[in-house]
Amino acid sequence: MTSDNDRRRGLLARLRERPAARSRGRRRLGAAVRLIAALMLAGGAYTVFAPGAQAQDNPQLTGAAAEGKALFDVSCVTCHGRNAQGVEGRGPSLVGVGAASVEFQVSSGRMPMARQEAQAHRKPPVFTDEQTRQLAQYIQELGGGPVVPEGDELREDGNIASGGELFRINCSQCHAFGGGGGALSSGKFAPSLHPATDRQIYAAMLSGPQNMPVFGDNQLRPEQKADIIAYIQETLKHDQDPGGFNLGRYGPSTEGLAIFLVGIVALVFASLWIAGKS
Amino acid sequence: MKRRKLDLAATPGKAAVGVDDRFAVATPLRKLLNKVFPDHWSFLLGEIALFSFVVLLLTGVFLTFFFEPAMTEVVYDGSYAPLQGTPMSAAYASSLDISFDVRGGLVMRQMHHWAALLFMAAIVVHMLRVFFTGAFRKPRETNWIIGSLLFWVGFLAGFTGYSLPDDGLSGTGLRIASAIMLSIPVIGSWVTSSIFGGEFPGTIIISRFFIAHVLLIPGLLVALISVHLGLVFKQKHTQWPGPGRTNNNVVGERMFPRYALKQGGFFMVVFGVIALMGGLFQINPIWLFGPYEAWVVSAASQPDWYVMFLDGSTRLMPAWEIPIPIGDGYVIPPLFWPTVVLPGILVGLSTMYPFLEARHLKDRKSHNLLQRPRDAPARTAVGAMAVSFYIVLTLSGANDVIADKFQISLNAMTWAGRIGLLVLPPLAYYVTYRLCLGLQQHDREVLAHGVETGIIRRMPDGRFVEVHQPLSASNGHADGHGQLDYVGWVVPKKMNRLGALGPAIRGFFYPIEKPVEAPVSPGHPPVEARPEREEIGSGESRR
Repeated sequence: MTSDNDRRRGLLARLRERPAARSRGRRRLGAAVRLIAALMLAGGAYTVFAPGAQAQDNPQLTGAAAEGKALFDVSCVTCHGRNAQGVEGRGPSLVGVGAASVEFQVSSGRMPMARQEAQAHRKPPVFTDEQTRQLAQYIQELGGGPVVPEGDELREDGNIASGGELFRINCSQCHAFGGGGGALSSGKFAPSLHPATDRQIYAAMLSGPQNMPVFGDNQLRPEQKADIIAYIQETLKHDQDPGGFNLGRYGPSTEGLAIFLVGIVALVFASLWIAGKS
Repeated sequence: MKRRKLDLAATPGKAAVGVDDRFAVATPLRKLLNKVFPDHWSFLLGEIALFSFVVLLLTGVFLTFFFEPAMTEVVYDGSYAPLQGTPMSAAYASSLDISFDVRGGLVMRQMHHWAALLFMAAIVVHMLRVFFTGAFRKPRETNWIIGSLLFWVGFLAGFTGYSLPDDGLSGTGLRIASAIMLSIPVIGSWVTSSIFGGEFPGTIIISRFFIAHVLLIPGLLVALISVHLGLVFKQKHTQWPGPGRTNNNVVGERMFPRYALKQGGFFMVVFGVIALMGGLFQINPIWLFGPYEAWVVSAASQPDWYVMFLDGSTRLMPAWEIPIPIGDGYVIPPLFWPTVVLPGILVGLSTMYPFLEARHLKDRKSHNLLQRPRDAPARTAVGAMAVSFYIVLTLSGANDVIADKFQISLNAMTWAGRIGLLVLPPLAYYVTYRLCLGLQQHDREVLAHGVETGIIRRMPDGRFVEVHQPLSASNGHADGHGQLDYVGWVVPKKMNRLGALGPAIRGFFYPIEKPVEAPVSPGHPPVEARPEREEIGSGESRR
């Protein structure tokens, strides 16, 4: 090895050289420098690659979602927990339920729930449409999930006849033939469909709220969903009941009540009157 | 030639003489027209059933003109838009046509259905009257049995009619009926396949039920009703005890003209109520149930009210299967007990009750006078027990609707029904028995001490006593009390029953006469015995 070669080689190579004439003090100094450099390298690499300590609190939320998160942290966090991860025994995790679920639960007033019970009841909504959208956006950005298509009139082009058939097969078991709802076990129930909007019915089918099964797009295609919504909104709600007062459409139970309360009562009074005319 | 003058006034008489000359009907007809019926409002309840049966026949005949009892598949193209293009049975399509395309069809269908519900309701109410007043006792046990059979035949008529439209609800009912038949041990599968012509639902059941509903069952009903009425005619109607009324006579109105006119009027009232209900209240909206498909079962699928007790007993029955290790193994399903055994027991108990009671009381006499319910506390209490049992079952048949609309847990409803079915009937027995005894005691008290006048008198020594109006003249006892016997009829318990307020003002909506002045002192009303009534007999004695 010549000194020319030495000069041409890099610093590291020269550091690796072990000239016999090196003093003990210099060797120690070199070791210390190398140790510090290695530590700094490792620490720096960790700092670059490891997730930052504040990353969880600051995901890249859009504006609407950030607004939604603010609402969530005030009204929903008690039961659904920080970052919507759920609280054992109080509320489920909302990661992955999607905007459809939020839209159904919040716009129908079911969430926030009044109290813990078998099932949430429909109430006047607490949040405005705008706030509901922000909450939905937040939950959507947390974990994705089903989304209701745009627009308020989701029943457009729906075929009422096929919707009726689908309704009777898929919905009437719980919501009853007239859409008035029915009882399920242990205080749970299928609610009346009469106050529901197009979007709420669509969202319910997509997300399967409470005890309702999910009717995903592979079970009921979007156009079939439109058929069902058309049947509910145009036939069940706007049917004029050609036979007169519909007695609540509860089937034979109220009809039996009516024959006693109206028919028998009227005729017993008539017989009292006729027999009194002697 | 002189024209003969036509004397219009003499025409009916001449015609009648002409008829009598040829047929000799005057003597039997006079007897018939002079037949006497006792008058009380509760005797008209059975007529409600009779008259609604007439309405059923009339509207039913109209419906048969348009109903097609076939299960052939057609595609609906009538005027109800939400079902257009839907494949369905011809029976359902023609039911829809009756509802939407036949003029007056819907109101006829609804009147038919309301009349059916009213028929069954009136049978039950009439039966309660007969039971609680003891009208079923000897010699009328046969008529009680026929009446009970009429309920069960009416039950069959209702069920077959409910199944005919072949909508989602009737198909669900048929499915349950086939399950009930299947649950009968040993013969179940043969019974089912012979009725349905194979596996449920088959293709024949609607035609079979149609013939049963329009021919066989109505024929049976007409026969039973005729015998029922004929026996009432032969054995004469029971009556309440009262002045001039004994076990051996009948006091009331002649068949003609008053009784016949009243009955004619009452028929119009019944017809009118059914027509009003048919026009005002929607019943069985078959277009909402859709055609029957095996996979369509709606929530709140219930039978009509008179079948609901069976639905209720099924809902309350625990799922107890009884396996029998014979051969490949055999199971008696839990459905068998509430739907086959229970109605069997009910039919047996209800038809045999007159004999059971007579045997228990060792009573072999004939009874033509009725008993007030309070005077037969044990029977009244047994009746209350049966009624509460039936009501618990019927309410349990609708327990999902009740649970949903009153926001009660369905499980709580089921358990309330199970516990109520066992606890309420004995409770009803006890409470009714005590009520009857209390009412009896009060009757005796009034007979002994008189009617409360509401006047409190202060005596010279400072005591307060309530003034009673004695019902009879003093018998010389120091307390001024007379002694009256209880005769099994209403004891007056208010002063105005004794005429304290003057005679009642006649007229239905407005007075048709000027009211007389009420007596001045209500404490000393002019109580007079009512004028004696003349006994109007049919001219023949009972025995």
